[in-house]
Amino acid sequence: MSRLKNSIRSLLLYPSAVLGSAIILLLLGLAVYALVTIPYSEAVRLWRGGEDVWYKNPKYAAPAWFNLFTSKKQPVSFAVDTATGSMTKKVTPSSQGISTEDISYSFDYQYDGFPQEMILYFTPKIVKKLPFVSVSWVTPDGRKIRIADMALNHDATFRFSQDQKLQTRLRTDNVMQALFANPKIKTPTTLKGKYQLVISGTTFDTGSDIDAQFVFHGQLFGLAGTDLYRRDLLLPLLYGTPIALAFGILGALGTSLLTMVIAAIGTWYGGWVDELIQRITAVNLVLPFLAILIMVGTFYSRSIWLMLGVTIVLSIFSGSILTYRSIFLQSKESSYIEAARAYGASGSRIIFTYLIPRMIPLLIPALVSSVPSFVFLEASLAVLGLGDPVLPTWGKVIDDAFADGALYQGRYYWVLEPAILLMITGLGFALLGFALDRIFNPRLRDV
Amino acid sequence: MVSVSQITDNKTVENTRKIILSIEDLHVWFELKRFGFGHAGYVKAVDGVSFDIHESETIAVVGESGCGKSSLLKTILALYKPTKGKIIFDNQDVSELDSKGLHWYHSNVGYVQQDPYGALAPFMTIQRILEEPLIVGGIKSKAIRMERINKAMDEVKLTPVKDFLGKYPHMLSGGQQQRVVIARAMIMEPKFLVADEPVSMLDASVRVEILKLLSNLQKLHNLSVIYITHDLSTVSYFSERIFVMYAGNLIEKAKVRQVLDNPLHPYTIALLTGTSEPDAKNAETFKELPPGEPPSLVNPPAGCRFHPRCSKMIAGKCDVEEPPEFEPDSGHLVKCWLFE
Amino acid sequence: MVKDNQLLRIEKLTLYFNSSQGPVQAVDGVDFSLDYNRAVVVLGESGCGKTSLAKAILRLLPRNAGTFSGHIYLDGKDIMPLNEEEFRQSIRWAAISMVPQAAMNALNPVIRVGDQVSEPAIVHLGVGKTEAITLVKKMFQHVGVPEDFISRYPFELSGGMRQRVAIAMALVTSPNLIILDEPTSALDVLTQANIFNVLKRLKKELGISFILITHDIATSSELADDVAIMYAGQIVEVCDAYRFFDQPLHPYSKKLMASVPRLHANKEPEFITGRPPSLINLPVGCRFADRCPSRFEKCVEDPPTIDADGRKVRCWLYS
Repeated sequence: MSRLKNSIRSLLLYPSAVLGSAIILLLLGLAVYALVTIPYSEAVRLWRGGEDVWYKNPKYAAPAWFNLFTSKKQPVSFAVDTATGSMTKKVTPSSQGISTEDISYSFDYQYDGFPQEMILYFTPKIVKKLPFVSVSWVTPDGRKIRIADMALNHDATFRFSQDQKLQTRLRTDNVMQALFANPKIKTPTTLKGKYQLVISGTTFDTGSDIDAQFVFHGQLFGLAGTDLYRRDLLLPLLYGTPIALAFGILGALGTSLLTMVIAAIGTWYGGWVDELIQRITAVNLVLPFLAILIMVGTFYSRSIWLMLGVTIVLSIFSGSILTYRSIFLQSKESSYIEAARAYGASGSRIIFTYLIPRMIPLLIPALVSSVPSFVFLEASLAVLGLGDPVLPTWGKVIDDAFADGALYQGRYYWVLEPAILLMITGLGFALLGFALDRIFNPRLRDV
Repeated sequence: MVSVSQITDNKTVENTRKIILSIEDLHVWFELKRFGFGHAGYVKAVDGVSFDIHESETIAVVGESGCGKSSLLKTILALYKPTKGKIIFDNQDVSELDSKGLHWYHSNVGYVQQDPYGALAPFMTIQRILEEPLIVGGIKSKAIRMERINKAMDEVKLTPVKDFLGKYPHMLSGGQQQRVVIARAMIMEPKFLVADEPVSMLDASVRVEILKLLSNLQKLHNLSVIYITHDLSTVSYFSERIFVMYAGNLIEKAKVRQVLDNPLHPYTIALLTGTSEPDAKNAETFKELPPGEPPSLVNPPAGCRFHPRCSKMIAGKCDVEEPPEFEPDSGHLVKCWLFE
Repeated sequence: MVKDNQLLRIEKLTLYFNSSQGPVQAVDGVDFSLDYNRAVVVLGESGCGKTSLAKAILRLLPRNAGTFSGHIYLDGKDIMPLNEEEFRQSIRWAAISMVPQAAMNALNPVIRVGDQVSEPAIVHLGVGKTEAITLVKKMFQHVGVPEDFISRYPFELSGGMRQRVAIAMALVTSPNLIILDEPTSALDVLTQANIFNVLKRLKKELGISFILITHDIATSSELADDVAIMYAGQIVEVCDAYRFFDQPLHPYSKKLMASVPRLHANKEPEFITGRPPSLINLPVGCRFADRCPSRFEKCVEDPPTIDADGRKVRCWLYS
């Protein structure tokens, strides 16, 4: 135990180790947070998406903090509704069961860019007669624009930009521009100030009610932006962390340990066992790793755990067996192993009690340093279309982005966010692995 | 320790003692493979060695590197299988034992190695190192194991014991490490010890201490010891008989005093000439030494293997026929045509 | 001041190393001298600083070297003030060369033996390849290596042969002084004796002086004209070989001599109880006091080097 403490203490002397460990701890924290706040089934459901899940979000929105870096500020999306009280509703009953419902929402618009869309969702409660709503728009310079008048006979959706009547009334196709532009300036410039959405509704029966939801699709959304299915990218980025770490660590751990054990067994028993292992390794080195994964994924299943399993199996008999073998061959000649044979220790005892513990300090840096390659493998598989069909992972985000031509459309955030996370993960483990290597292999220390 | 003068007087002591180990015409040949196929000959490391060891006797096997003494030692330890010949211990032929039998044999032999640091697993504590042979030997009770460990540490004078048990080998000095190796060799209460140059990697002043310890332990436990060394000067303190080994053969066997006072084989004479004693006159004289080097064990010279370097060689005899063992003096055996 | 036939005179040579636990006082104010064509053996156990002494003389200091001071007079001239470049060109291997510990294992395995031995000649004497090989052949003759070994690789040679090659490498630039650090510790008896025959012949035929560093008292007598005993960084006795091996003065020297096993002897060798002090935490006063059977009150003070009839001893018993 004290040896562990000593190792940790000497580890912290290296700035690379401190930085690497900090990054890894941060990622682990994110992973735990993701798993705790979003249960698995919930994550899968959200990722599958659908209009009813993500309707509040615009498509292709960049993250909200982009406004910090641009001089031309873009509008941020938001959504308010009467049901939660974020939009005010005043019900004024008058005679004979008729009530007026005044719903309004005002907001300050200081952006230079125009929004993508505004949508109103009405959920009326109908008793007998249909409620009636009249929507108008008040600009900062006092113009009141009539938006729509309609009777609600069921849940209605009013999309500002797509309403033909509104387009005709405003004499333009670009409704958003018409509603937000400064009329005095020829080139489309936003008019900054307080805007107000006014909905005057009338219900004709007692018990009738109107609930409205106002969804504002700006150009930006949230911490990470959205993709083409309006999905908040924060979900796959967050939830992808534990998946990436699990794949990376399990892959590295499984492969390293099994490789070491097999190398030890082969080296110790020699003879045909050793020969067999070497032949298997030689054949395995030639096998097309990716092609096999593609075959498994296409003909069988793309489940991430299956992919991980196949990866480990194919990676065990890799070139590193030969590295371990050469170290084991050297250790095998040690005097203390000879002494163990002299007092009658069996082959398996020697392998597990003497050879392998000797290897563990050498194994650990190699293990840590190999984690990034497994993380990148998972992402690569996703980009090749072999990603897990249901899980939100970093690779999947990149895959979607590429499939949708994100880079050609200038939607760099979509690709960069997962890419940067992948790089940071790789960096963290590489830094830590490098420092561990210098500690456990003291010969490198003075170099 | 039995003093030097006592040995020559008590000739009867040797005859009444039981024979512990009997080596009969032992041959250990290693096959040289040519690129994995076919063979290119044999390394005849041990080529016809026979001797007996009695209870409570120390035998020194003296020879230079390449003479085959390591292979002899490892075959006695049952780490190698002999090509021909027998190793009889407790009326059983060790070379014919199955794995269970070998297990029993291993717990009856202790092995003290040359390199004290290499002989101890660097990642194990002293306690763990000493526990291993006990666990392997089938001592299941932890209490009994700890008792044996404490006793062994006490006997090798590594006290207070509990101070040492938790340490790792690199924390001990060379002499202390070698004591642990000896403790480990003794811990299964073996009948005999094989010590391979046990002090050659230690400092001069520590060597004496360790040899004294070994000889005390031997007396205490009635142990037989095979002491392999190339340093003749320690032999008179710690052995009763000497066997001189050259190119896979034992060319001279006798009691220590007989060899030191009256060496017979020309090689033995050369070894004694080559051994220095602290004497200022040495700086003014050149030693007369046999030319050349020990022969390859793959193609040893025909006839007597020492003949190419021997100043007393008889042409036509020594280069043709291998000499058998002659006994020019009681108990003093030599393989040399000069004593026909 | 300086006697005419004094090749080397060392005054107050000091070398400390820096370590995480404090300075390691490996060589602590060492004085001794060596005449032409004489051999001095520096005897001591491991950890007494004798290898550091060799490195100090040849200025082969490791990266963590700290204090390095004193005077080294070679042929009457102090070589300490020389800078590294001057030292490298005029002293190291030109005037003094060294056969380091385990030199036979330090030969480059991928370069032929002849090329390795000719390298110092090419670098220091500025000779061409062919002339260097001629020199190598001559050296091989001196050390007893067959000429055709020039084209062989180190792994083809036995341990004894490799050590002779290492000596040839030290010899090729015709230095006046060769320092040998444990030249025979890993070798067999007969090989050892052969190497000493070689060294004796070199001393007799080429007039070279030697500093032999070893812990093996018995073999040291094969070459020693003078003996210097080193303990815990200090030289505690200097004496000519005859008087030393007959009757050592310092209590440590006496114990060392008593611990040597002999072929024909009547009593058992004794061992020295205790361990040498750590060079980091040196005791106050005489460094051998806690293991010394003749310790008395004065020993709490570090004894000076006392002249006793032409011998030098660092012990209050002889004041």
